[in-house]
Amino acid sequence: MPPSASSDLTLSVNGEKYTLTVDHRTTLLDALRERLDLTGTKKGCDQGQCGACTVLVDGRRSVSCLQLAVAAEGREITTIEGVAEGERLHPVQQAFLDLDGFQCGYCTPGQICSAIAVIEEHAAGWPSAATGDVRPEAGPPPLTPEEIRERMSGNLCRCGAYVSIVQAVARAAEQKGAAA
Amino acid sequence: MTTATRDSVGTAHTRVEGRDKVTGAARYAAEVPFAELAHGWLVLSTVARGRVRSVETEAVLAMPGVLAVLHHHNAPRVDTDYVGLLGVPPDLTVALFQHDRVAHRGWPVALVVAETSEQAREAAESLVVHYEEEPHDVAFCAERQTEAYTRDSHAPAVVRKGDLEAQLAASAVVVDAEYTTPEEHHNPMEPHAATARWEGGRLEVVDSNQGTTWVAGELASLFSLDPASVRVRSEHVGGGFGSKGVRAHQVAAVMAATVLQRPVRVVMTRRQMFSLAGYRSPTAQRVRLGADADGRLRALEHQSLNQTSTVYEFVEPGAAASRAMYAADAHHTVNRLVRLDVPSPTWMRAPGEAPGSFALESALDELAERCGIDPIELRVRNEPAAGPVSGLPFSSRNLVACFEEGARRFGWSGRDPRPGARREGRWLIGTGTAAASFPAGVMPSTAAVTAEADGTFTVRINAADIGTGARTALTLVAADALGVPTDRVRVRIGDSDFGPAMIAGGSMGTRSWAWAVTAAAGELRQSLAPGAEIPPEGITVRSDTAEAVGALAQKERHSFGAQFAEVAVDPATGEVRVRRMLGIFAAGRIVNPLTARNQLVGGMIWGISMALHEEAVRDRASGGLYGADLAGYHVAAHADIPHIEADWVDDPDPDDPVGIKGIGEVGMVGAAAAVANAVWHATGVRHRNLPIRPDRVLMAGGDA
Amino acid sequence: MREFGYQRALDVSGALALLDADPEARFLGGGTNLVDLMKTGVERPARLVDIRELPLNRIEPAEDGGLRIGATVTNSDLAAHPEVRRRYPALAQAVLAGASGQLRNMATVGGNLLQRTRCGYFADVTSPCNKRTPGSGCPAVEGEHHNHAILGASGHCVATHPSDMGVALTAFDARVSYETADGPGEVPLADFYLPVGETPHLETALPPGALITGVTLPPVPAAAGSRYRKVRERASYAFAIGSVAAALDVQDGVVRDVRLAFGAVASRPWRARTAEDVLTGAPADAGTFAAAADAELAGARPLPHNGYKVTLMRNLAVAVLSELAEEAAR
Repeated sequence: MPPSASSDLTLSVNGEKYTLTVDHRTTLLDALRERLDLTGTKKGCDQGQCGACTVLVDGRRSVSCLQLAVAAEGREITTIEGVAEGERLHPVQQAFLDLDGFQCGYCTPGQICSAIAVIEEHAAGWPSAATGDVRPEAGPPPLTPEEIRERMSGNLCRCGAYVSIVQAVARAAEQKGAAA
Repeated sequence: MTTATRDSVGTAHTRVEGRDKVTGAARYAAEVPFAELAHGWLVLSTVARGRVRSVETEAVLAMPGVLAVLHHHNAPRVDTDYVGLLGVPPDLTVALFQHDRVAHRGWPVALVVAETSEQAREAAESLVVHYEEEPHDVAFCAERQTEAYTRDSHAPAVVRKGDLEAQLAASAVVVDAEYTTPEEHHNPMEPHAATARWEGGRLEVVDSNQGTTWVAGELASLFSLDPASVRVRSEHVGGGFGSKGVRAHQVAAVMAATVLQRPVRVVMTRRQMFSLAGYRSPTAQRVRLGADADGRLRALEHQSLNQTSTVYEFVEPGAAASRAMYAADAHHTVNRLVRLDVPSPTWMRAPGEAPGSFALESALDELAERCGIDPIELRVRNEPAAGPVSGLPFSSRNLVACFEEGARRFGWSGRDPRPGARREGRWLIGTGTAAASFPAGVMPSTAAVTAEADGTFTVRINAADIGTGARTALTLVAADALGVPTDRVRVRIGDSDFGPAMIAGGSMGTRSWAWAVTAAAGELRQSLAPGAEIPPEGITVRSDTAEAVGALAQKERHSFGAQFAEVAVDPATGEVRVRRMLGIFAAGRIVNPLTARNQLVGGMIWGISMALHEEAVRDRASGGLYGADLAGYHVAAHADIPHIEADWVDDPDPDDPVGIKGIGEVGMVGAAAAVANAVWHATGVRHRNLPIRPDRVLMAGGDA
Repeated sequence: MREFGYQRALDVSGALALLDADPEARFLGGGTNLVDLMKTGVERPARLVDIRELPLNRIEPAEDGGLRIGATVTNSDLAAHPEVRRRYPALAQAVLAGASGQLRNMATVGGNLLQRTRCGYFADVTSPCNKRTPGSGCPAVEGEHHNHAILGASGHCVATHPSDMGVALTAFDARVSYETADGPGEVPLADFYLPVGETPHLETALPPGALITGVTLPPVPAAAGSRYRKVRERASYAFAIGSVAAALDVQDGVVRDVRLAFGAVASRPWRARTAEDVLTGAPADAGTFAAAADAELAGARPLPHNGYKVTLMRNLAVAVLSELAEEAAR
C-alpha cells in the first residue's frame, strides 16, 4: 500500500497555532502563502537561490521554499508578519523604511528576516566568510559593512538596493550596540 | 485651502507604501485571494524547433485534481493582427496554442489546470508531448553579420553622416575594436503571475506588469474583446526591467478562465522565466573611431548585431547609443539582426544604451590611451554643440558638468594614467570612467484628481510602481500642484479602469504621469473657490496630455551622466572586485532624492552585474539555456557591491511642467564600461567581452 | 513532484527500518539539495524519512583526540563551534564559504557530503546525463563545461562535486561513519566517493540503505593554522570554480607536515597527495610550492573551455601555501 501523501498537522506561526491538512509536497512557503494567507513571505525562485522566502524557524533564518510544511511541524516559525510589536515596527523594519532599503519590495521581507537573524548571529559570536580570523581567540568580528554584505549575500535584490540595505542593517545593529 | 506650499518636489520622502512593504502587507499579483481559484502550470517544449505531433492528455486528465489541459487543438483562438500601445505588433510567442509549430526550446505547448498548484505541477511534468524535431540554429556570433539584415524599430536602423572612410583615412589615430555582450535576463525578483476571471461580463486580470493600459489593450485585442470590458490591475509589482508586458502567463490564465469559467492563476517558475519572460539579446559590436592627434574625432562608426526569434523582430539598438554622444565629421551607426531558433528578446533596462555604451565608452577609453589624453578631457574635446547627426539643439546637456563634479569628488585629478601601476597586496588597483546618456521622452497620459469632502485629494492615474518610487513621486508632484502637504494626497495607481496612461518604461513613466497629474491638479486648484463646500462625491478634474505632449518641439532630449569606478583585480585568480563607484547625473529635476538616489545606484549596480557576472549560456546542442536558474545565472549579490554614491547636477528640463527627464535607465548606462576601463587601468588588459569572468582575466595574456 | 509519504524517525534503527521498507524511500535532512532536486524532477522518491530529530547533532571529542561531528549537525553549528574554529579553522572557513546563512542553518553535515553535482545538464531532466540517466550521454564534454572537472573525470561524466566542507574534511583525513541494518561501518572520506569511470551514477561507497551517522576528524596539529580559499564568479553565494584547503607545518624553513586538497576540480573533493609528497621535507618556499602544484596538476585533463582551472589551481595553491609559510615564519 502506498504511504499516505498528506498529513494533518499543526503549524506554529508567529505565536499562533494553525491546524491543517497538507499535501506532503507543499512547502512551508506555499503553506504560508496559499493556506494561511500569510503572503508576506515571497516566492522568488522556489529553489533556495534568492532568499526572498526567508523566515525564522526556531529563531534561525531559513529558506521556506526548501522546507516541507510537514517537516515544519513542532517548530516555531516567525514570518515578516510577526516581527513587529503591534503597530511598532521592528528596528530593522524601521531602518529599511527610513533609509529606503528596498525598491520593488519583493525581496524585502526576506531581507528583513535575514537581517534580524544576522544581527543575532553576530551577537552570538558567529564568524562569517568575511571574518579574517575565525579562531575563537580572535574574538568576535566587528559588524563592518563587509561583514554585513557577506552575511546578507543569501538575499538577492534585483533592483539593486544593496547600498541602502547595508546601511539599514548597520543602523539597526547599531541600536543594539553591535555595529562597528 | 491650506496656504500653498510648493516644496515637496525635491525633498526626501520615504515611500508612501513603504510600511506595507516592510511589514509584508503589500500584496503582489499572486497574493490576491480568489474563491474557487484553480492553478495553471505551463508546459514548455523540450525541442528547439519542430512540430508538436501529439499531446497525450488522457493520462494527465485522470490525475487527481486536474481540470483541463489546453493545447493547440482545443485552446481558444486569438487574433494577432493588431498594433499595441507601444506602436508595435505583438510578439507571436503570446499567441499561445494556436498551431503546432515550435519556435524555440521552452516554447509553450500546453497549460495544465488543477485544483492545487502541487497537482498542476505534477500533472504538467507528467504530460507527454511528442514532437517532430527539426534541426535548429541558435549559434549567435559576430560572423553571423553576413546573413544579418536591418530593420527600423523605434529608432532607424541605419544613420549616416559624412564620408566615413575618407575621415578614417585622414585620421592620425584609429581605434578599431570588436566587443561582445552576452544574453542577459531581467530576473525581477517577483516571477510573472496573473489571475484571470470573468465577473459580470468583464474580464478581470490581477497581474504583475509595467502598465495595465498596455496589458489590458493587448488582451482585448488578442481575445477580440471590447477594451472597456477588460480590467487589469497591478497594484504592487516586484520588479520588471522591461520584462513585464503581455506574456504567456496572462494569455494562458485568460484562456483557462474562459474555458473553465472560474478564476485561474498562472505563475511562471524561475526556470520558465528564462524561456518566456524575454531577455536582452547578445550583441556583437564593432566600433571604429578616427581622431586627430589631439583626440578630436573625425569618424565615429558603431555597428551592432543582435539576435531575434523566428516569430518576432526585436532590435536591440546598441549602435543608437552613439548618435547623440560625440561630435565627429563622419558618423555611421547601424543595428542589424539575425533570426535564430531562440526566444524573442525584448527591452531590458537601458535597451540599446546598456550594451552600446559598453562598446562606445570602452572605445573612447582606448582612444584616450592611444592619444595620451585624459579620458575625461577626450570627452570634453568632442562635446557637440548640437545633435551630432540630427543637428537639433539639445534641450539641455550637462555632461561636462557631471564629469567635472564627478572628477572632483572621485579624486580623479591625481590619477596616474599608466596601467598596472598600483598594487595593494595581491590586488592590482585601477580606476575608470565613462559617460552615460539615455533619451528623455514623454508619452501622453490621462489622470483624474478629486478634491474630497474631507479636505484630502485622491489622484487616480494608471501608473505602475515597479520599484521606481513612482507612487511616492506622484504624491509629491500632486501635493505641489495642489499646494497642499503630501499627507493630504492619496495616489491610486495600477488599474486600467483609471484610464489610459504611459507604462513604466523607457525612463518615461514618472515624467509622463507627473505631467498629467500636474495638469489635472493645477486645473482643480484653479477651480476650487476658497472655502467652498465640497459635495460628498468630491470634485474631480481629468486631464489628457496628448495635445501638450504632441506639441513639444523636436530637440535632442537626453539625460546624461558620468560614471567612475575603482576596481581591484587579483591577477593570480582572476577575481575582480569593485571597490567604490560614483555616478553624477544630469537627469532633469529630481522629484524625490531618497528614492531617486536608490534607483540611480540600482542602475549602477546593474552595470557592475553586467560587467562582471551576468551571462546566460545557450547550449548549441539542445538550443536551450544551460543553468537557467539564479544559481547558474549570476546577478550581483550583496558581497559584490561596495559603497556606491550617486548624485546629480542641476538640470531641470525646460519643456516639462515639473522639469523631469527620467532616471530609470541612465544609471546603468556606461557603468559596465567604467568598470571595464578600470580593469584595464588595473591590469593593462582590455576586456572587450562581457562578463569579465575570472577565467577571462586569468587567461588574458594580452587582449581578452 | 510526485506524491510521497513522509515519516519522522526518532532513532537510528527506526530510520533504517523505515528506509528499508520502501526501495523508493530517501532520507530527508535539511532538504536544501533533495527538495530542490524533487522540484526539478531529478529525484522522485515515494517516501521521505525525516532524520533531523535523530540524536546525531552533537560535536564532541573523539577517542583519538580528534573531533566527532554528528551527521545532522547543521553547517552553521559546525562553522560556529569553538573547537572547529580553534583546531580546524579551514573547515569553518570552508563551511562559511558555502551557500548562504539561511541554507547553512538548514543543511546538515551528512547531506553536505551526499549533495549532488550542480552540473546544469544533471539538473535539467530534459537533457541527457549519464549520472542521472545512465547511458544517455554527457553533453558537457562537447557543450558547456567551463566549470567542470579537470582531474579524475572520464568521457562519461565531467561533473564536479560542489562541496566546500568536503574539501577541508578531505584535507584533514576525515572518516565517515554510517549505520546499516547489519551494523555500523566506517570509510575514509578519501575512499568515500567512487571513481567516475563508466559509472558516474554510482557516487559513494556507502552500502545500500546506510545512514551516515557522523564524521570523525583525527587530531591534525598542523590544521590549527589551516586556511580555505575559494574562487567563484561572484563574491559570495556561488559555487566554487576552484578552491584550496591547506595546512602547513614548517620548522626551520622545511615542510614537516602538509595537508592540501582542491575543490571544484573533480567529481570528489581532491586530496593533492602528489603535491604533498613533493612538499614534505622540502624547503617551504615559492619554488617548492609551484613545483608541488605542478606535480599535482600534471595529471589534469582539461576540456577546451576549462583549461584556466589548471592555472587557477596552481596559482591558488601557491598563494595559500605562501601565506601559510609567511605566517609560520612570523
